[in-house]
Amino acid sequence: MKLIPAMAAAALVAGSVLAQPAHAGATLDAVKAKGFLQCGVNLGLYGFSAPDAKGNWAGLDVDVCRAVAAAVFGDASKVKYTPLSAQQRLPALQSGEIDLLARNTTWTLTRDTANGLDFTTPSYFDGQGFMVSKKLGLKSVKELNGATVCVLPGTTTEQNLSDFFRANKMSFKPVVIEKNEELNSAFFSGRCDALSSDASQLAGIRAGQASNPEDWVILPELISKEPLAPAVRQGDPQWADLVRWSQFAMVYAEEKGVTSKSVAEAAKSPDPDLQRLLGVTAGNGKAMGVDEKWAYNIIAQVGNYGESFERNVGKDSNLKLSRGLNALYTNGGLMYAMPPR
Amino acid sequence: MGGLAGLWGSRRFRGLVYQALVIGGVIAVGGWLVRNTLTNLELRGIATGFGFLGREAGFDISESLIPYTPADTYARALLVGLLNTLLISALGIVFATLIGTAVGVMRLSGNWLMARLCGVYVEAVRNVPLLLQLFVWYGLVTTLPGARQALNPLPGVFLSNRGLVIPGLDWSGGGWPVLDLPRLAGFNFTGGLTLSPEFAALLAGLTVYTAAFIAEIVRAGILSVPKGQVEAARALGLSKGQTLRLVVLPQALRVIVPPLTSQYLNVTKNSPLAIAIGYPDLVAVSNTAINQTGQAVESVALVMGVFLCISLGLSALMNWYNKRVALVSK
Repeated sequence: MKLIPAMAAAALVAGSVLAQPAHAGATLDAVKAKGFLQCGVNLGLYGFSAPDAKGNWAGLDVDVCRAVAAAVFGDASKVKYTPLSAQQRLPALQSGEIDLLARNTTWTLTRDTANGLDFTTPSYFDGQGFMVSKKLGLKSVKELNGATVCVLPGTTTEQNLSDFFRANKMSFKPVVIEKNEELNSAFFSGRCDALSSDASQLAGIRAGQASNPEDWVILPELISKEPLAPAVRQGDPQWADLVRWSQFAMVYAEEKGVTSKSVAEAAKSPDPDLQRLLGVTAGNGKAMGVDEKWAYNIIAQVGNYGESFERNVGKDSNLKLSRGLNALYTNGGLMYAMPPR
Repeated sequence: MGGLAGLWGSRRFRGLVYQALVIGGVIAVGGWLVRNTLTNLELRGIATGFGFLGREAGFDISESLIPYTPADTYARALLVGLLNTLLISALGIVFATLIGTAVGVMRLSGNWLMARLCGVYVEAVRNVPLLLQLFVWYGLVTTLPGARQALNPLPGVFLSNRGLVIPGLDWSGGGWPVLDLPRLAGFNFTGGLTLSPEFAALLAGLTVYTAAFIAEIVRAGILSVPKGQVEAARALGLSKGQTLRLVVLPQALRVIVPPLTSQYLNVTKNSPLAIAIGYPDLVAVSNTAINQTGQAVESVALVMGVFLCISLGLSALMNWYNKRVALVSK
């Protein structure tokens, strides 16, 4: 009768905490033994993780899951997805229900420490914004004093919103609805003056759910920093390293201009950096506990970071987000891979 | 015969031993569950305990019976949620009882149209999940015109998708209250009293849904009173209304009260569906608290404890009332 995700989440924690004792350092072995990666993703966020027309999961977050599977198994398809609500995601990872959480999750101090998680490296640098009706003619977030704001519960968004209005001595009324679709329809029907969420999500909602996307504007200011990063359980550095370097490999490939199409050619290159990355020179794979061709497989099957970005949220998608902060550091962005040597 | 064997022969003693074993077993399993959970939470580096209740909540709540700001603690935020839960449950119970009783009585009335209409209402509402009904109610209230095009049926009364706004009394001046008329300022109405769309939708949903069940309980209760009683009352010259009020309902109540209790409990227990349409009840607030603190086990335990207390209290009250209306054979 009752739909209480929090209860389910707690039952999940309690249940699995009891079921299996913690085994630090063994996630990679466990994943190899069962033959697939159990990856926690969003219930459906266009561009980040949503099933496509054929029912296959696709998106920027999904590509992180696929990259890790490619590194471990040499096969990006060996992933099972667990769609999670905002409230379920942390308990699902804490309890061992999933091996990796790639679900547009903001890297915060509390989550990194008290909640027993470890974040690898941001996969998307985002910020919280506001979408309003064009008819209101608003130019700035500062004009929202007294507004009713629709917001999802159980996210950093809710707190950022309160902080922002408090800091600017403005007032607002929150309308907090748990399901994305209900929240968005309340907003589009005019229950709220503004919808607040990560700017990338607002773009996704506008592209996917507004009857006429032209009628809605996303205000220019962002009121928070939302570095979205995959997370793993604390206490297993080998597994955290594997996820982190799988991400770095994608960024590094973009820095080096290696794409899914050119990777076979690049493996023949005399460049020692590329030879190390692509496993022509052995060593990296052994250090990480996976096959030497781990990075080769990631790039061949998933692509480099730029390819993943453009395909899912950039110019080849409906979201049409610009690279912005997510451009390579050489282009004025924040994407910077540590040297894979 | 040894004393022990003799004792074992006693049925009473054996009963006590078995009961002690069962209680001991339950306590041992419970203790093991708690210990195991705590150990594993610690192993995984997850903070435990209720210390978070004293920390600043940092999120706002749209409606509250007591003063609340984001600078208040999690404990106070949860209290705001609890009061909202109690408010919606209490009002839901009152309205569902009134409507349910009326519908139950009308379904038995001689008026064919009235009886059929009530029958259709009961069958339609009872057989559709409450969650879907809530979405319909919420959909209805949010399709009302916007704040600037609000319907204004009476001076000072505005109906829009921001809710129903009516004039209120301002006591802040001290002494005599001043009439506080709502007016449109910026995005919203200020002043007066506001009935939010979320509150209205949830109250309507809970009331209409539960009233259908109560109507059936009332109808069954009335039908349980032998026909002879009604005929005797009519023969004594009591009017139809008097017969219902003085003869039928008092006798029907003893059949009605026990199942009514479980309907009242259902109103309380269905109120967390509020989360689906954005009314900040206890579960909705604790949901946010869980996500901000990550302490799911504690928060859910707290919510479960609170609901248990509300339900047990309510059923104790109804049991006491049931004793009073029950027939005492002399």
